[in-house]
Amino acid sequence: MTLLEVENLTVSFPSADGVVRAVRGVSFTLEAGQTLGIVGESGSGKTVLTQTLLGLTPGAEITGKAIFGGTDLLQLSENQMRQVRGSRISVIFQDPLTSLHPLYRVGWQIAEMIRAHEKDITKKQAAERAVELLGRVGIPNPAQRVNDYPHQFSGGMRQRAMIAMAMSLSPQMIIADEPTTALDATVQAQILDLLLKLQQESHTALLMITHDLGVVADIADNVMVMYAGRAAEKGPKHDIFYEPHHPYTKGLLESIPNSSAAGERLRPIPGQPPSLINLPSGCKFHPRCTYVLDRCVTEEPGLREISSDTAHLSACWLPARAAGLGGEAEKIREETVRESRMGAAVEVAEAIAAAPEVQA
Amino acid sequence: MSLSELEFQAAAVEGAPEQAVEGRSQWQLTWRRLRSDKVAVTAMITIVVMVGLAIAAPAIAALVHHPPNIAYPNTGENAVGNPVGPFTNGFWLGTDDTGRDLMVRIFYGARISLFVGLVTTAVATVAGVAVGLIAGYFGGIVDAVLARFTDAVLAFPYVVLALALAVVLGPSLAVIIGVITFFSWAGISRIVRGQTLSLKEKEYIEAARSLGAGPFRIMFIDILPNLLAPVLVLATLYIPAAVVFEATLSYLGLGIQPPTASWGNILAAAQNFYQVAWWYTVFPALALLITTLAFNLLGDGIRDAMDPTTERLLAARRGRKARARSRKNAAGPDQAPADTAGSASA
Amino acid sequence: MTDESAAAVMTSAQSSQDDVLVRVDNLVKYFPVRTAGYVRRTVGHVQAVDGVSLAIPRGKTLGLVGETGSGKSTLARCIAGLLPVTSGQVTFDGDDITNLSRRKMIPYRREIQMIFQDPYGSLNPRRRVGAIIADPFAIHKTVAGNERKRRVQELMERVGLNPEHYNRFPAEFSGGQRQRIGVARALALRPKLIICDEPVSALDVSIQAQVLNLLADLQRDYGLTYLFIAHDLEVVRHVSDSVTVMYLGRVAEEGSRDAVYRTPRHPYTAALLSAAPAADPDAAASRQRIILTGDIPSPIDPPSGCRFHPRCPKARELCGQEDPPLEVKAGDGPTHLTACHFPVEAGENLAAAAAARRESP
Repeated sequence: MTLLEVENLTVSFPSADGVVRAVRGVSFTLEAGQTLGIVGESGSGKTVLTQTLLGLTPGAEITGKAIFGGTDLLQLSENQMRQVRGSRISVIFQDPLTSLHPLYRVGWQIAEMIRAHEKDITKKQAAERAVELLGRVGIPNPAQRVNDYPHQFSGGMRQRAMIAMAMSLSPQMIIADEPTTALDATVQAQILDLLLKLQQESHTALLMITHDLGVVADIADNVMVMYAGRAAEKGPKHDIFYEPHHPYTKGLLESIPNSSAAGERLRPIPGQPPSLINLPSGCKFHPRCTYVLDRCVTEEPGLREISSDTAHLSACWLPARAAGLGGEAEKIREETVRESRMGAAVEVAEAIAAAPEVQA
Repeated sequence: MSLSELEFQAAAVEGAPEQAVEGRSQWQLTWRRLRSDKVAVTAMITIVVMVGLAIAAPAIAALVHHPPNIAYPNTGENAVGNPVGPFTNGFWLGTDDTGRDLMVRIFYGARISLFVGLVTTAVATVAGVAVGLIAGYFGGIVDAVLARFTDAVLAFPYVVLALALAVVLGPSLAVIIGVITFFSWAGISRIVRGQTLSLKEKEYIEAARSLGAGPFRIMFIDILPNLLAPVLVLATLYIPAAVVFEATLSYLGLGIQPPTASWGNILAAAQNFYQVAWWYTVFPALALLITTLAFNLLGDGIRDAMDPTTERLLAARRGRKARARSRKNAAGPDQAPADTAGSASA
Repeated sequence: MTDESAAAVMTSAQSSQDDVLVRVDNLVKYFPVRTAGYVRRTVGHVQAVDGVSLAIPRGKTLGLVGETGSGKSTLARCIAGLLPVTSGQVTFDGDDITNLSRRKMIPYRREIQMIFQDPYGSLNPRRRVGAIIADPFAIHKTVAGNERKRRVQELMERVGLNPEHYNRFPAEFSGGQRQRIGVARALALRPKLIICDEPVSALDVSIQAQVLNLLADLQRDYGLTYLFIAHDLEVVRHVSDSVTVMYLGRVAEEGSRDAVYRTPRHPYTAALLSAAPAADPDAAASRQRIILTGDIPSPIDPPSGCRFHPRCPKARELCGQEDPPLEVKAGDGPTHLTACHFPVEAGENLAAAAAARRESP
């Protein structure tokens, strides 16, 4: 059952220096009980995307649709949105120290959330629910810890408390914005484990935003890679990791240390993500793409089907068969480059080759 | 997630600077924001006008042919010897109880007030910053001593000291400047100390230490530039306090002595005549009020201009209207090529 | 540390005695916890670093791994002379630089530099980038005027920045570029040792690779020695020659990179390695995650005996009583030291033990 259907979402911010086009036509769906991993770096628009879904972007110009359970989230008033937030969609933020109120006890905050949405519940019942939730997320001695303040919790425990709060009203969907980035590796493992377990128990859909490909490889079912405000590639996890088509995805996978032998030079993507105010022409990734073609400089590709069995799409002009990390795919790419790089792309390719990061 | 972080992301700091907008220094950005703040601009203009009038006081006196300290009992006083009102006999704002031109005296008073306000604030700022910086940076015993001294100064009743000094040294401009400066630096020092304490913990200070920078280099080259912004706001807000302080002292007879005009001593004399000469009280008070208000509003404006979040609130207001507009256009204009595969499941 | 293990460390170090640039002996750093008020009583200590020894050979990279509370950042700052040491010794190129006065430390400041984690916090936002990079020259009064400017621009170019951006402010640069500015600043006086405190943790993945490559190039070109602190195990594996794993102020395990990564003997190291996310769905699915119980305890009140025992899947009574010595375990090479009473054996399934432990606390 499709829980969330986002159609051509566009978000722009007016700023003194020009219009910041943070999200430029993003579409995706999320099924109940599934996990979608949205991967992107700074400036990819991933956080603005989810903030917009929750109505947390005042001052933005938004177009498109986001149909959740029959209603378009983008058209809801603030009051209506408040009813949705927390009870049907809840959020887990990156830094639990700043998203939990420092001056109120943790248990009180959870109970408050419950009481805000369930009008006929008593204070006592809400408090009991809070204790139960804390126990469910693995906090030891929940009956005592429920009266602690956030600063008395460790980072991992705070994040668990956030998850408890997010789960308190049994939402249909949880949006997790970099929930484990600020945590230590061992704690991260615990939190991801917990999220998976809870998701399986309650059949909640999870929208996980992260820049960490490892986290996505672990818990996502489907993946959407974002670049410069749009989806560069999306599809099932296996397709993205083992048959990446978009050169950005491929570049990301190749630039992380575990892909090269220890001590060998890493293969970074040259250059930097573009300014969202002054975006390049054509495909926004072309100034950094090793496989840039003439067409890429002028025409921005839409999402094109890569595989007919799985829903694997990529916004790239390279042929669909040029997917994967192996030699075959590489040959196809090189062939395409030879055939289709004669004009504008030649200069771009030379600039990329001359980039200091690329030179040995 | 706060809106500031959002905009940070939205503005894609990761972008290439060449393509993006030209870099601007903090001061340029502040100035730009200040310029668009109507209240602050009005305040600035008011101050400029006031300063201009103060500087031009002698010229104005010549224009109306009424030097500030010359009494005109014939034209400046009515039949019973009371001051004449505005626009009478060539006195634009009326006269005081001895028949002197009130307007000219007010502008001469402005000279004193502004001079005292600016000079005392300048000296107090330099002293306050130095003390606060040293106390905050060194901490320990240095801080303990300096902070306690600052507290003592803040607790001291200034009127008593002013009175004592006036008795011992005789009231004068120098005494006023001394007293006001002495009591102003402490407030600035306390705030600077607080700022220094927090700036001291920043990583770039640690970096400077790791490079081998000595304490004075760190204080003046690394910390001080970060203090300038709050200190500027503070100083702008201290000027009107100094102006009022001077007026108060002169009103009490401890500062500028008649016949030299000062808003304070004019008001002191005016209080006996309020029933017969409303202008005698109102105009100097108005001058004081306008000056003080202008500096305060300017200070607020500078503080808002330095704080980037204000711009976002303005943008938010604009955005809400835009959002309402876009809700009317149901489909919304296409801004980028739509996904050809439509919304197939991800 | 017992005498035998001390001897073990000495022997392994002595074999490359001449080549050791930095040696740390039994470094202890406690932060006093005081009551508030005028007269402050010390009520406890944060035992940030509790007896750590290490040796960094010239031209090599020592990777220092640990989580929150491990003391790795504190250790780095003690070595850099930014924090006074409670006890122990820091030797740099044969000289004892422990707790030197600021004056005496000045010449060493040219040789020991730091690169910080936060690209947004480690540069003064109110100063221009050229001035920031020129700081070392200004402080140590080496070059001035035009020559200084030339050197700064040369540095900028070397680290991959456009030298014409000399007069810009840090806010006008991206995170990766700011980190490069930090590198340029650290490189200015051609130091011998650069302490990198999580230099890429705050950067995007694609930028991380760029900066790591840059650091590798600079090491090669200038013969630099690195103390590389990170919590990302993949990054550490990539850059390090030898690795030291810290837990709650003590060394849990140390050795050459390959030894530690291929055959971790300490359960904590094993858990860390299993927890590191790998960008490989099949590996992630088939990997046996060792999920530990509980959170990292506070360094103010560390557990008795082996500090890891409350969370260790293999912990037994001895572990809570006696502090395990840091020594070579059977079957390991002479430089691979582990502080554990019951080190991990080949083929042992710690994940199952950890899971069992979580079920019945």
